[in-house]
Amino acid sequence: MSVSATDNWPKVEAQSKSCLPERLVKLIESHRGDENPQGALIEVLHAVQGHFGFLGKEELDAVAQLMQVPAAKVTGVATFYHFFRLRPRGKYIINVCMGTACYVKGASAVAQRVQQELGIEFGETSPDGIFSLVSSRCIGTCGLAPVVMIGEEVFPKVQPDQIPAMLAKYKKLAAEPPPGD
Amino acid sequence: MSDEQVKMINLTIDGVRVSVPEGTTIMQAAETIGIYIPRLCYHPNLSLMGSCRVCIVDVKEMGYYMTSCSVHVWEGMEVETNSPEIRLARRDIVELLLDNHSMDCQTCERDSNCELQNLAYSMGVRERLFEGKRKCFEIEDHGSAVVRNSNKCILCGRCYRVCSEVQGVHNLGQQGRGFNTIVSPAHVADMDESVCIQCGQCVNVCPVAAFLEKGETEQVFAALGDPGKHVVIQTAPSIRAAIGEGFGMPPGTPAEGKMITALRRLGFDKVFDTDLGADMTIVEESAELLRRLDGKGPLPMFTSCSPGWISFLEKFYPALIPNASTCRSPMSMLSALTKTYYAQKAGIDPRNIFMVAAMPCTAKKYERRRPEHVMDGSPLTDAVVTTRELIWMIKSYGIDFANLPDGKFDAPLGISTGAGDIFGITGGVMEATLRTACERLTNAPCDKLDYTEVRGVQGAREATVKIGEHRLNIGVANGLVNAKILLDKVLSGEKQFHIIEIMACPGGCSGGGGQPYPPRGWRILDPRLLELRGNALYSIDKAKTLRRSHENPAVKTIYAEFLGDINGPMAHKLLHTSYTAKEPRGIK
Repeated sequence: MSVSATDNWPKVEAQSKSCLPERLVKLIESHRGDENPQGALIEVLHAVQGHFGFLGKEELDAVAQLMQVPAAKVTGVATFYHFFRLRPRGKYIINVCMGTACYVKGASAVAQRVQQELGIEFGETSPDGIFSLVSSRCIGTCGLAPVVMIGEEVFPKVQPDQIPAMLAKYKKLAAEPPPGD
Repeated sequence: MSDEQVKMINLTIDGVRVSVPEGTTIMQAAETIGIYIPRLCYHPNLSLMGSCRVCIVDVKEMGYYMTSCSVHVWEGMEVETNSPEIRLARRDIVELLLDNHSMDCQTCERDSNCELQNLAYSMGVRERLFEGKRKCFEIEDHGSAVVRNSNKCILCGRCYRVCSEVQGVHNLGQQGRGFNTIVSPAHVADMDESVCIQCGQCVNVCPVAAFLEKGETEQVFAALGDPGKHVVIQTAPSIRAAIGEGFGMPPGTPAEGKMITALRRLGFDKVFDTDLGADMTIVEESAELLRRLDGKGPLPMFTSCSPGWISFLEKFYPALIPNASTCRSPMSMLSALTKTYYAQKAGIDPRNIFMVAAMPCTAKKYERRRPEHVMDGSPLTDAVVTTRELIWMIKSYGIDFANLPDGKFDAPLGISTGAGDIFGITGGVMEATLRTACERLTNAPCDKLDYTEVRGVQGAREATVKIGEHRLNIGVANGLVNAKILLDKVLSGEKQFHIIEIMACPGGCSGGGGQPYPPRGWRILDPRLLELRGNALYSIDKAKTLRRSHENPAVKTIYAEFLGDINGPMAHKLLHTSYTAKEPRGIK
């Protein structure tokens, strides 16, 4: 049967391919003909997140179309596993240690202040895209409790009132052009 | 297989010895001796999930309770379904299901018709022991046909199983994890922005009110109370065979006359019959078929009455759009004729006509909003209510439906043939088409009226019908997973069909997404229930003198007085439509 003029597959396929780098399209195509077409889904999602840093709506839809796995299944997997992120992460990760030592030394108040300053909860990214807020159970420097990390920098014995200055430093850094430009 | 070959397994259930074929589940074995084990996520038409744990039983020799829906019997098994321990465990499970449930029965559409409510009652849940955190999700009611309320969802998975396994749409799935799990389309998108085809089967199988049709009764009541509006209602073929169930009448009781009287008492100015629209559809569609058989247009031709199917075609098989008949559905045809032909005849400004359609279907709510069915800036159909909504409207007026005298449809859009009636069951449109096409193809009267080869509620049927020197390869499918079987044969060229009837819902309109929740003792999608509704329609057809659409005197008058030629320019404007590929594209 000849390709019908009413078919939108050529358009949908081209659109889907344009969302992903060629390497990922090739990866998906290498699984075409697999006995279970859904079997490679997690591998493909890992690769997509590896490339983009997160799984965006367009990319998830492109994966669904190119793998011919229903989109509800693709997003079901992407939202089930903790490892997958649906939104881009901020430039700097703020990691508030909530381990036992930090907790008893007042990490909750510190965390609350960060949330208040940025207007976001744990797991979220500030609207300006600069910070993502996460917590961890212990980063192994209990002697410095309560501890906050921003990017690679460790801030020891943090008091809530220090938070605005810490954030301002990284906001300023984020606004500067990258070195070498 | 002969009886000797089936290995029989002997076991006892509640002390009663029972012998069942190997491979029988505990639940099925219990039913053979009249024990109904409580259940929730289980549905015989769907795959096994075993997630709700309500159907647990005590199996001696096992250290834990087993789900009777999923465990096969074994030789010497001893099962207890009602020991004090198992009753308590089962009640605990139901209480835990309730712990984060809305528990707003008094304001819930499913009140008195809710499987969870019935279950809690029959398990003896009388107090709320586990007060859990309530779910607090946004209710998605932006769509045209289906409303999703995840706060009521108990994650039984029936909706996404029916969506995938019966309809092949795969629009719904579990999203997220833990307490935040919801069932929704990809990206938690609105139904209208997803690959949903609006068939409403999720509404049908949902045991609670997590999925419901979008209610339109308020608009109808408002129009009925507006003295400036001339309020007209049309009723679909299958409704007359199902509406009685809502008033305690046995399934399969035809209730056309009582329904018409009830509608008059609700205050409708005119009660028209969608069956006449069905007759018009046959006249137009068979002329279109003849043209296609003459080489003017692609074959096979697909029927176009089912809006869920049309949506499926546009999203999943857009390459085959040219094969779909361009006929509007009977509903939209009748609405178009009401606002033109009838308005003119009665001297009423069509802008003052409020056209209501009572349909077995949720997708009709979507169809009426499609831009193709808007004429001169206003929709052909102003409101669509499902059979369920209509039953509720009649009840809320306190009308004693079962004891009403019979009424008759109004002229000039109230006369129909038996061919129109059988539109309400799978295979009916095909049979009606063949009755007319036979005479049109041979230019001679045809005696044959009953095309039994296209009857029955099995999923996909194929047959070859001899008409004069013509041999027509026909296909009939209900439930879109079955439609795929035929559509893939068309796409691959494996078989040359001439005409294919497709109805989105199991059993056709009789099993539509807007039909009554079944009475106690019946289950939704039960083939026996669908067959009873279908038989009611066949009996109405059989009792009529006129059983071929083109013999309908009202149809003849409409062409003579108003439309002109069959398939002519006026008929094309009012009775035909067009389709386009839609995105997001569905994945089969």
